Amino acid sequence: MTAHAAPDESTDGVIVIDHLVKTFGPVRAVDDLSFTVRPGRVTGFLGPNGAGKTTTLRILLGLVTQTAGTATIGGATYPHVPQPMRAVGAALEAASFHPGRSALDHLRVYAPQVGVNDARCREVLGFVGLDPVAGRRAGGFSLGMRQRLALATTLLGDPPVLLLDEPANGLDPEGIAWLRLLLRHLAAEGRTVLVSSHVLSEVEQTVDDVVIIARGRLVHASSLAELEALAEPSVRVTSPDVAGLQRLIMAAGWADQVEPAVVGQEGVAVIHRVTAPEIGARAFAAGLELHELVPRDVGLEDIFLRLVGEDAGAQVAQPHLEGGVAR
Amino acid sequence: MNAALRTEYRKLVTTRIWWILLLSMAAYMAFLAGIMAFALTQEPASMSGGLTGGGPVTVMTPEAVARIIYTLATSLGYVFPVIVGAMAMTSEFRHQTITPTLLAEPRRTVFLTAKMLSSVVVGLVFGVVGTVATVGAGAGVLALMGKPTYLTDPIVMRSAALSVLALTVWTVVGVGFGALVTNQVAVIVIVLAFTQFMEPVLRIVLGLFDWSRGISKFLPGAAGEAITGSSFYADSGMSAGLLSSGLGLAVLLGYAIVFALVARVTTLRHDIT
Repeated sequence: MTAHAAPDESTDGVIVIDHLVKTFGPVRAVDDLSFTVRPGRVTGFLGPNGAGKTTTLRILLGLVTQTAGTATIGGATYPHVPQPMRAVGAALEAASFHPGRSALDHLRVYAPQVGVNDARCREVLGFVGLDPVAGRRAGGFSLGMRQRLALATTLLGDPPVLLLDEPANGLDPEGIAWLRLLLRHLAAEGRTVLVSSHVLSEVEQTVDDVVIIARGRLVHASSLAELEALAEPSVRVTSPDVAGLQRLIMAAGWADQVEPAVVGQEGVAVIHRVTAPEIGARAFAAGLELHELVPRDVGLEDIFLRLVGEDAGAQVAQPHLEGGVAR
Repeated sequence: MNAALRTEYRKLVTTRIWWILLLSMAAYMAFLAGIMAFALTQEPASMSGGLTGGGPVTVMTPEAVARIIYTLATSLGYVFPVIVGAMAMTSEFRHQTITPTLLAEPRRTVFLTAKMLSSVVVGLVFGVVGTVATVGAGAGVLALMGKPTYLTDPIVMRSAALSVLALTVWTVVGVGFGALVTNQVAVIVIVLAFTQFMEPVLRIVLGLFDWSRGISKFLPGAAGEAITGSSFYADSGMSAGLLSSGLGLAVLLGYAIVFALVARVTTLRHDIT
């Protein structure tokens, strides 16, 4: 997951984003972004809404022209890939279909450019579970069905590279589980699979690697395991002796890593970056009575939110219009 | 390019809009041709010269009447192929299919060229159906009125055949215009306003003055009529004469090409977001 591939390494199926910049007027949507995506792994491309994920993907696909930098797939820019849908299967956020065209016709439209026949169109429709509705117009499809049709389109040319923008949006839990297996399977076949999402938890069971961006900049790129190692312990402590607890915190030098800063009447404090045994040992030594000493489970999502500089509240407040049900 | 052409052709024929517009055109043209055949055989002189005020009254021969009727699709019905051509492009933007379209064919010049060339097939269908409906209804009413139909006259039939060509070129003009404006509602409003109101008024007004008569011949509708060599507007004395058939074809094709070239360096160069 570095920007610098060794020169002797094959570039087949490798996505390289190199010092990419895109400005829209005064806004730097993508700001000196560099990362590499390797084949044979599922890579999560993560960041809050508006972080620049879709813009990066659109530049990579030649739909948007960058202000500076390069974005290549297998060493070539997308418009220079002959029969690109055989090399790269891409489904972007707004699953776009003509509402009056049937699912099968939607695939048949692109079939000549992919170089496949109608039988292959039916095959991929069956693969994504849409064969019962092959003749139905896409305008009547649910978001989940649209996602499946978009996925079918990307698979039409059996490409070694897959770029999927928020593919889990609108899928039911069963669909998400199915997608997870499919992506793992595709990566196991040696393909490059890049999946974007604005929630880490949505893809954390699927991805091997993560690329996290915020405000157009790279904030983290590593394997998922290395990301998990960034987790910091956090312990909830309760004591009937409020003053004693406060003294313990001050004496141990934890004053700037405790919530709340001053222990309240209830005698509850959450102490970060310290383990439960450390606190327990100090409390025992100080003769402080403890009623609670609870290590808190720090989820990946917390690490993610900390990296992108947002608190959980802001994340929850973001509306999920695309996936929402009409009320 | 071959694959792009097949893709664009499939796009045209896998939605319903084209045959809805085709049926509308057939019905509209049959209706207009029937009415016109009836009106022009009643009192040929009453239709003529009315708008040029005290000018000389143009008396049309029965042959000219037949030609006017049989080429009415080019004079009054070309809006249908224009709309079908324009919507082939605007629907890509309206439904955001422009994204998968450019993923399948990132070379935008190839995409635009394929779009224009593939519309020729649909344009021919509109040309044939529009012209057959016009000639069928027109000749039927002429025969009912006991007038000669000129269905075997080579000059009259040549005009009718050239009407197919003119309507086909109009479809390509529509694609070019759709690529330039891209907003479906705007395109439909502009096309309707221009073809149904602005151009007829311009042709009549420009035709009133010596210095502007030449200009009016180069308006797209006049160029389209020129292809057939017969003009509802000109022969009825409402506007100036026509260019030659070949020049009319060149001018109308010129509109399509200019629209496409401008679209290629403006709307089609922009980011697709």
